[in-house]
Amino acid sequence: MRYADGSVDEERRIALIDLLDRVLSGGVVITGDITLSIADIDLVRISLRALISSISTLSVPGIDAPVPRGAREGT
Amino acid sequence: MTDTTGVWMYAVTDGTLAGDETEAASGVAGEQVRTVHEGGLTAVVGTVPLDDFGEAALARNLEDLDWLEKVARAHDSVVADLARHVSVVPLRLATVCLDDARVRALLAEHREQFSSALTLVTGRTEWGVKAFADRKTLTAAVAESDAGKAGSGSGTAYLLRRRAQLAAQESVERDAAARADEIHDRLLRTSAAGRRGAPTDPALSGSHEWMLLNGTYLVDDDRADEFRSVVEELGSRFPGIRLEMSGPWPPYSFAGAERISP
Repeated sequence: MRYADGSVDEERRIALIDLLDRVLSGGVVITGDITLSIADIDLVRISLRALISSISTLSVPGIDAPVPRGAREGT
Repeated sequence: MTDTTGVWMYAVTDGTLAGDETEAASGVAGEQVRTVHEGGLTAVVGTVPLDDFGEAALARNLEDLDWLEKVARAHDSVVADLARHVSVVPLRLATVCLDDARVRALLAEHREQFSSALTLVTGRTEWGVKAFADRKTLTAAVAESDAGKAGSGSGTAYLLRRRAQLAAQESVERDAAARADEIHDRLLRTSAAGRRGAPTDPALSGSHEWMLLNGTYLVDDDRADEFRSVVEELGSRFPGIRLEMSGPWPPYSFAGAERISP
């Protein structure tokens, strides 16, 4: 891998959504002892709930938005 | 390792790691990152407390966006730093083993998968490309190109243009999808592999723009400039479509051999 100079600054501006998209649904999937890592959809869904609840906390306090089906696991 | 700690896996590289690449790196628990070797492969790992990174703790903590962001950034930072020195296969977030022996067993067990993934990503870098459409501009552009065929200056041309505008509103989604396909195909021709993901939910991205393409591409390092100029060219070719490039990324989307698409 070759990275151009200055890429670190650029990286810091990465939207969280782009980063989570990659670290939660990308990467090689092997069976660790903590099996959350292979529960592909569960891991993504868990973090999706975190995202959604944080967004709904910002907009409508106290009301949880439903998790959209298939919003993230489809590739 | 003890009963109270686990081993968080960041990435796997081949055997060429000198060791100083990981010296300054601190991981998801602020721990010193280290290496575990087996059969020509090197796993970059860190010892983490199971109080925070055990199965039950993870299930709870991953629901906490602040915690998740901190851990995701730390994980990515270790992997990205490493990727500046050597070819890496990143591990999915939250791959935790109970001890080093188990890490060595995994390296042995998945040797072929890691080796073929390393071969795929060596000398290549992942780039993300998203296409966003402005519905109004896109509709106008489609209408203009349809009406253009009818000539201009007469009342008939005006009516044809009006009709084209109305038709364009109906066909704009179809046209936009076709343009997204075209952009993706063109980017695939400049990359070693590529994948299309589902569009990011607008509620999550905080953007209300209409996402046509959420693609990620594995690009030969010596074609990176070419890829970038293709993105720029495609971005200016279609009125109403804006391309956004992100990267360089460690090859998260191409780490598993099963993810390869020609």
